[in-house]
Amino acid sequence: MRIAVCIKQVPDSWAEKKMVNGALDRENVDAVLNDLDEYAVEEALRIVEAHGGNEDGGAHSVTVISMGPARATDAVRKALSMGANGAILITDPALASADALLTSKVLAHVINSEGFDLVICGTESTDARMSVVPAMIAARLGWAQLTFAGSVDVDPAQSKVSITRVSEAGVDSMSANFPAVISVIEKINEPRYPSFKGIMAAKKKSIESRDLAAIGISAQSAWSQVIDSQLRPPRAAGVKVSDDGSGGEKLVNFLAERKLI
Amino acid sequence: MSTVFILADFVNGQASKTTTELATAAARIGEVTAVVLAPVGQGAALAATLTSGPISSILVVENADFQSHGVSASADAVAQLIAQKSPTALLVASHAFGKELAGYVAVKTDSGIITDAVDVASDASATQVIFGGSTTVHSKVSNGITIITVRPNCITADISAHAASVENISLTISDSAKKATVSSSQPPLKGGRPELTEANIVVSGGRGTNGDFAAVEAFADSLGAAVGASRAATDAGWYPHSHQVGQTGKTVSPQLYVACGISGAIQHRAGMQTSKAIVVINKDPEAPIFELADFGVIGDLFAVLPVATEGVNARKS
Repeated sequence: MRIAVCIKQVPDSWAEKKMVNGALDRENVDAVLNDLDEYAVEEALRIVEAHGGNEDGGAHSVTVISMGPARATDAVRKALSMGANGAILITDPALASADALLTSKVLAHVINSEGFDLVICGTESTDARMSVVPAMIAARLGWAQLTFAGSVDVDPAQSKVSITRVSEAGVDSMSANFPAVISVIEKINEPRYPSFKGIMAAKKKSIESRDLAAIGISAQSAWSQVIDSQLRPPRAAGVKVSDDGSGGEKLVNFLAERKLI
Repeated sequence: MSTVFILADFVNGQASKTTTELATAAARIGEVTAVVLAPVGQGAALAATLTSGPISSILVVENADFQSHGVSASADAVAQLIAQKSPTALLVASHAFGKELAGYVAVKTDSGIITDAVDVASDASATQVIFGGSTTVHSKVSNGITIITVRPNCITADISAHAASVENISLTISDSAKKATVSSSQPPLKGGRPELTEANIVVSGGRGTNGDFAAVEAFADSLGAAVGASRAATDAGWYPHSHQVGQTGKTVSPQLYVACGISGAIQHRAGMQTSKAIVVINKDPEAPIFELADFGVIGDLFAVLPVATEGVNARKS
């Protein structure tokens, strides 16, 4: 069983983000592995560990796939130090302003050429927050779409995977035969911290770098354009009172003044 | 005049308020066609609930595959309808199902997509509020049809009644969109409270509740509000994940948001910062959530909320 985990390097959630020339300025902020992708890496590792592990030369493996600039190797390396076996980083200047459609096209192309059984993603990246790439990859590959998984059960012998989908519509039990695209919600597991041994081992693991020519697709302009962007004015300072027993009453008065009750 | 599709959104078998908001936004661009994807035998009943908003026509597709094969089956149907009817745009509610469907349709129709719009203009450009509420972006799709997911509660709905024609269409869902099978579905547990993303008022509890949501729920009920929770509260198992407000939970934009015992981590702020009015109750005067507050009470939520609940109830009677 070969599992691919799609990961993305994103600006740190705590960093101040700015728009430059119609795109997120990624160069001048701290970059980290998208924390929602850590759950995907963890789940992939748990799946292979539950079925005999991912030792070198074994039957199961976890490959990390990422698209991003050269510095994204840091995020990839973190996934490797958690225990993934290998990584493919697609990096090309022509992908600098890639949108979700181009991203999914590139990822699907690589996944297809490598022949994986399962692809696991986080539900969204914490920068763009679109939550569409897993569905787009499924659409491009024509694979089963098992998204927003709160639990994943894999039966490698039967090439079958079942999930519980957790969304605003409730909880659905879903299943499919391999190959399938899965996205996992952050309640699914507790991602491990890379061990010292894992960090040392990750330094020896290879990250295969590919550009668009190596993948065999040509760059394409984005399917949508930013017209303009502006900083929103900070919220005007409000009223702050200390509760001396009358806080609740003052709160109700505020709601009444604003005609909220 | 060009045609604009909206995907009708239903809650408990009724067209949701979000559907009317989608119709209102879509009518700025062109003539609105509402797409109703229904289980077999339920199309007419669901379509009959589309009584408000500027909807000119309704396309009803009944198919058992929608329930048994998940998002991709519905997305495949919408992509086929787009190929048949050539609308200029598709507007969908911005929740997990809507965004995934929109993404799938964008691939199938080779169209651009904008998610989480808070406004839509007549030229089909969309406004988004990004980076945890700090930045407003205005964008436009440049390829294919325009696909926009619209955040609930952001568009002022035109609730006037319109007579819409109804057309029934039968489709065969593509095999590639039926590879996942749904064996059972459990609807979300519903109390008598409104749906979180649609509610006009949301009262949320965080770490400061110490797991006791009774005061938060009582205040919510006095206001007819939905109950939300911070990630700290759902991680601790104090409240269901489906109620989580924030980056990895739901994004809400109610008229009033009341944050009780929530410190205001960026994670949480990203999910509620576009609320119209924000009220904060927190023991810690330094809690960052106070930066957003139109009205803040420094105090114990277990002392403040019961008084406020009583006050609201007294004004109703």
